[in-house]
Amino acid sequence: MNKMKYRRYKDKAFLYLMFLITIIAITPLASIIFELVAKGFNQLNISFFTEVAPTTLDSMLAKSTGNPVKGGIANGIVGTLQIVGIASLMAIPLGVFVGIYLAENSNKKFSTLVSFSTDLLAGIPSIVYGIIAYAWIVIKITDGYSGFAGSVALSIMMLPLVIRSTEESIKMIPASLKEASLALGTSYRKTILRVILPSAMSGLFTGILLSISRVIGETAPLILTALGSQVINLDITKPTSAIPLLIWEFYNDPYLINMIWSSSLFLMLLVLIFNISAKQISKRWAIQ
Amino acid sequence: MGNTINNNNIALHIEDLSIAYTKDKYAVKGINADIYKNTITAIMGPSGCGKSTLLRAINRMHELYPEIKVTGNILMKDQNIFKINAMEVRQKIGMVFQRPNPFPSMSIYENVLAGYSLNGIKLKKEEKDRIVQEVLEDVGLWEEVKDTLHKKRTALSGGQQQRLCIARSIAMKPDILLLDEPTSALDPISTSKIEELLMKLKDKFTIVIVTHNMSQAARISEYSMFMYLGDLIEYDLTKKMFTNPNDKRTEQYLTGKFG
Repeated sequence: MNKMKYRRYKDKAFLYLMFLITIIAITPLASIIFELVAKGFNQLNISFFTEVAPTTLDSMLAKSTGNPVKGGIANGIVGTLQIVGIASLMAIPLGVFVGIYLAENSNKKFSTLVSFSTDLLAGIPSIVYGIIAYAWIVIKITDGYSGFAGSVALSIMMLPLVIRSTEESIKMIPASLKEASLALGTSYRKTILRVILPSAMSGLFTGILLSISRVIGETAPLILTALGSQVINLDITKPTSAIPLLIWEFYNDPYLINMIWSSSLFLMLLVLIFNISAKQISKRWAIQ
Repeated sequence: MGNTINNNNIALHIEDLSIAYTKDKYAVKGINADIYKNTITAIMGPSGCGKSTLLRAINRMHELYPEIKVTGNILMKDQNIFKINAMEVRQKIGMVFQRPNPFPSMSIYENVLAGYSLNGIKLKKEEKDRIVQEVLEDVGLWEEVKDTLHKKRTALSGGQQQRLCIARSIAMKPDILLLDEPTSALDPISTSKIEELLMKLKDKFTIVIVTHNMSQAARISEYSMFMYLGDLIEYDLTKKMFTNPNDKRTEQYLTGKFG
């Protein structure tokens, strides 16, 4: 009987221990969010979204006259939308087709090779993509730093994620659906495009959104490619700003410390929105 | 088979058909049989006897798996179905599967017309509406779904889904309808609805049904095949086979000695 009691205590203690460890683990996470909100929230005003980032001169002048530094991150927001948008345009169609190919031909040697390369691609540090895009695009094509080079770097980063999620979601579609379509006399191409792909939409979309949220905060590859810009630049062959690039610039400027927090908070919210949308879509569009 | 058969009554002429999954391992062994127009032919036999394999070969579903090798001929209106385009064959020979598999990304309306839309056949709005209503009435689903035709992801029961799949197949007006154990995943009420439906549909189509369920074969079919280990042991009028089978193995199967 005593032994049983002892065991019950041990179970209780184990439960509390797990609880305690969970608390310890989420403490840094909670602190990060708290710090970002506390230090960045009051900077999130209209001008934060409409004005371009202040220069060092602006901030020095403001500081010396005792006024608050004016300015926002409009150039970064526009740049991020542009760089990530073009990266998505390149990576998503490509990745979806590769994913379909892998799912449909999983027992071919070539697929194993592609699959292995995809895994390898996913494991490459992001700065290496930056260097590659620098060598391929900045030097050879746009002849200088450019938003397009940044898009290329980010799109290669997105590829493995899009490929994998497409492959996985297509493999989840039961073979009976494909048979049903073919049994109606449908061609293979239409079976894939009109039956299989729409049925896999939920998984596909989730994967795409997660891949976007994965690259939206990338800084290292952009430093080597897009470089940054003081103004809103819509020419993809010219240096372009981005939110993570601005955070890096603000960090290098002692007068702009407040902008770091608000930009980081905004970036975090952006990623959060993508992640929540991904979850919602996978739930709502899921097909039984 | 005793009775003389007029050639015009033959929907399918199966000639020395063998199907192998791996080399020299035959799932179907040299089958010869004629399937008669506007009848229901049941294919029975224990698991693994090759009955589904045979059925799937009739609309060339086996071609999805390149390792499967088929020899022999199947003639439909004097045309060898292995010599013409598979897509054409499948438009003339529809298939309904064991598990209901309506297209989840489409509404009921779109499901019924899937054969047309997926094959790029354009129809006028009135024509579409007419086909959908006619076919859904044929399968006895119209009253149940007429208000939710265009809604996506409507919750249909298994039996309703299977009737929708039959509707999808017959909307294409095939000559032959193949059914691979269409009621094995359904409850008794849905099963009897589908059986009634098939008895009605045989006026318009030639039906070949694989079934595990002997009493189902007895209830709905005119002709029955009994297969065992890839061989066609016996093929006769269902009445004759169930009352006075020629082969001992058929008798043993029908009396539940194995299977």
